[in-house]
Amino acid sequence: MSDISQAQASLARGFNDPARDSQTAFRALMYAMARPGVPRALEARLSPPAPLTPELAALALTVLDYETTVWLDPALAGEAAVVDFLRFHTSARLVTEPEAAQFALIADGSALPAFSRFAQGEPDYPDRSTTLLVAVSSFTDGPFQVEGPGLPAPVGFGATPLPADMTQRLAENRALFPLGIDLVLAAPGAILALPRSVRVREEA
Amino acid sequence: MTVMPAITYNFAYLDEQTKRMIRRAILKAIAIPGYQVPFASREMPMPYGWGTGGVQVTAAILGADDVLKVIDQGSDDTTNAVAIRGFFKATAGVATTTRTQEATVIQTRHRIPETALTAGQVLVYQVPIPEPLRFLEPRETETRKLHGLADYGLMHVKLYEDISRHGHIATTYAYPVAVAGRYVMDPSPIPKFDNPKMDDCPALQLFGAGREQRIYAIPPHTRVVSLDFEDHPFEVQRFDKPCALCGAQDVYLDEVILDDRGGRMFVCSDTDHCESRRADGHVGPLGAPPPGKGKP
Amino acid sequence: MYVAVKGGERAIRNAHDLLAQTRRGDPEVPEIGIDQIREQLSLAVDRVMAEGSLYDRDLAALALKQARGDAIEAIFLLRALRTTLPRFGATLPVDTGTMRVRRRVSATFKDIPGGQVLGPTFDYTHRLLDPSLATEAEPRKPAPAPKKSAQAKAAQARAAVQEPSAPPPRVVDLLGDEGLIEPSPPDTGAEPPDLTRAPLAFPAERETRLQNLARGDEGFLLALGYSTQRGYARTHPFVGEIRMGAVQVELFAEELGFAVPLGEITLTECQMVNQFQGSAEVPPQFTRGYGLVFGQSERKAMSMALVDRALRWQELGEEKTAPAQDAEFVLSHSDNVQATGFVEHLKLPHYVDFQAELDLVRRLRAEHAARGDSEPQDEPTEAAEATP
Repeated sequence: MSDISQAQASLARGFNDPARDSQTAFRALMYAMARPGVPRALEARLSPPAPLTPELAALALTVLDYETTVWLDPALAGEAAVVDFLRFHTSARLVTEPEAAQFALIADGSALPAFSRFAQGEPDYPDRSTTLLVAVSSFTDGPFQVEGPGLPAPVGFGATPLPADMTQRLAENRALFPLGIDLVLAAPGAILALPRSVRVREEA
Repeated sequence: MTVMPAITYNFAYLDEQTKRMIRRAILKAIAIPGYQVPFASREMPMPYGWGTGGVQVTAAILGADDVLKVIDQGSDDTTNAVAIRGFFKATAGVATTTRTQEATVIQTRHRIPETALTAGQVLVYQVPIPEPLRFLEPRETETRKLHGLADYGLMHVKLYEDISRHGHIATTYAYPVAVAGRYVMDPSPIPKFDNPKMDDCPALQLFGAGREQRIYAIPPHTRVVSLDFEDHPFEVQRFDKPCALCGAQDVYLDEVILDDRGGRMFVCSDTDHCESRRADGHVGPLGAPPPGKGKP
Repeated sequence: MYVAVKGGERAIRNAHDLLAQTRRGDPEVPEIGIDQIREQLSLAVDRVMAEGSLYDRDLAALALKQARGDAIEAIFLLRALRTTLPRFGATLPVDTGTMRVRRRVSATFKDIPGGQVLGPTFDYTHRLLDPSLATEAEPRKPAPAPKKSAQAKAAQARAAVQEPSAPPPRVVDLLGDEGLIEPSPPDTGAEPPDLTRAPLAFPAERETRLQNLARGDEGFLLALGYSTQRGYARTHPFVGEIRMGAVQVELFAEELGFAVPLGEITLTECQMVNQFQGSAEVPPQFTRGYGLVFGQSERKAMSMALVDRALRWQELGEEKTAPAQDAEFVLSHSDNVQATGFVEHLKLPHYVDFQAELDLVRRLRAEHAARGDSEPQDEPTEAAEATP
């Protein structure tokens, strides 16, 4: 067996049917973005190397390719198998500076880097910003209240783990609108988005 | 002898790479309502100006389970609508419909269906000129700056000039709107009659401009306000008569010339709406009752 | 009772059948072969490849046949295919200095190292229709007979059937040795932009502009280039050199660690030499306008070089006075596939918007009449604007 096929044999598989699977994942992501704070089911039939979760891997395979740049948090960047998996299946360019990344993959939600470290967009091109894809372990109905485009009325949401100052971070991000980062949280079986357009407050 | 290479196409025509690029633009567009996201529009197998933007957006979101409806001028059977529907039938094998309620994805040119859209539906607009300021300022470098500064004085001046000249605003279609209190957006050349349908709409609205390489969006339940003035509030077209075929009031009507002696009638622009109403027994002044039903 | 017209699907199918029939023409006349188009309408094939941005003579010939000879329709067909093709990588930059030259002329010097090579050109032909082509007469074999012009005389020794073997030096490089002409921009090693993968944004750098012009409509560039000659951004151009011939295309294979030749393509390159007055920082010297096109198309390569030079006004501290200098104007309107689509989309139904305008004009007229003046308005209102 050659080196290349050996490496491929040890590599976790990507989408079984790329056209169909990535479309399904994208639609979940699109609706999640269109309905901020509301978890959307995502069935990720992937077994990526830890700490990359199946849902985070599904999002990565859906949005990343050789035309994109991606930043990995230390938990992911430290795992050679994760780096190999992403390189092989997406060909995305790994960058070490968060502000150079179109996407950031973060396995450890509690160690979310400051949003200001990522690209915020430019006044003429607010889309030139980083989208953060963050793994969490579960979603809850509180303690946050989110409102904004996409929602007929405020909805409650929460996720663990998240940093303690999450509300303040999101408020600062909203203050930059139309600049700022967009956030997608991925828990087992579901994803939830917090685009820059939302206002989030914490219930007393 | 010339041997031609075999030519094969992916599901929904576009290659996966292109779909990802369009999908990334769609996500940004939803996150920044009303902002025009540049995207690397591809050549499509139909001409620019004939819906390539809408077709690319539809191709990027469409899945095997979707039910697609395509309308042009509100009608499912205008030639361009037929051609685009046929394109997706052939390349994606998706189910198609003419019924607004049954569709999960509706691609449109120049109209919003009369039947209220619902959550989970996606309305994809074909857009010729996405920049609402384009006819006031032709330079992209300038209009980008104006959007960046949210400086829409130019647009208000233009609308106000209408008022001083005609006594009211003389823009009847592609009437500019403010989305979520920030970006001024061109709703594509829908008649301003349809503008109120964009506001607080439960469906996701995506706009694709292929030649101009822009994608923008209105998330569901987003505030969409047609620009106006306190002393000259926005108002929509009103028709004096109901639809001649189904008797519908408060819908957008097409004028149909019947002869060369000035004979004309007004009928629903939305053909599905009109047919559904007639199937339900509604009859207009010139309409025939459906088979098996008497005049109500 | 009124019955709405239906049957769009059938009408379209019938139109397509009619088109196929019309394309074929009189069935008594033998069907034209792709090879015949490729070999005998080679300049049409070249144009379709150049503006279609796809170098494939057979596919371009097929596109021309399918398009009934309409160049823009054929370009469109090729582009629509191109966009779906998988990409394996980018080739190394081609080196036109190593071109196997079939034609090469300079207007700036009487004789040049390597000689003037006229090659297959319409120049100096008398534009008299040749009835012998109506029959299947064999063309005369090229002989080393010189034409009458001074240029041709200088090239006499070379203007033979035999093509030169050693690659001739670029004429503009000879000027460069004396510092009389600005140097070619250095290769920064940066990945060049790809307009087919990233949207056009302004301000556009020269590499983006050149890429756009290389795909741009020949007629549009010709008119713009012509306008610079007539004083709309005059640049005092001289043809430093036009060369046409075959160059090697190579792909650097990561796995192998060296470049693999993929084959040869024919290119036309034009180096335009333009006068430049100099500025506070730069002494007077000549500047360059550059054109490069797939296949043989001097008209396009020269027009491109003129427009390229005009677009460099800012970098060279010149004044912007003319359309050919306006990058947003030029680059936004150069693509004939975009242009033809949008112009022709006016054929699509627009009756919904027209209805809105009808309603408005009626209302305005009623208001006008109510103001006591029953004369119809002379001045058209904005309602008369075309619907996008």
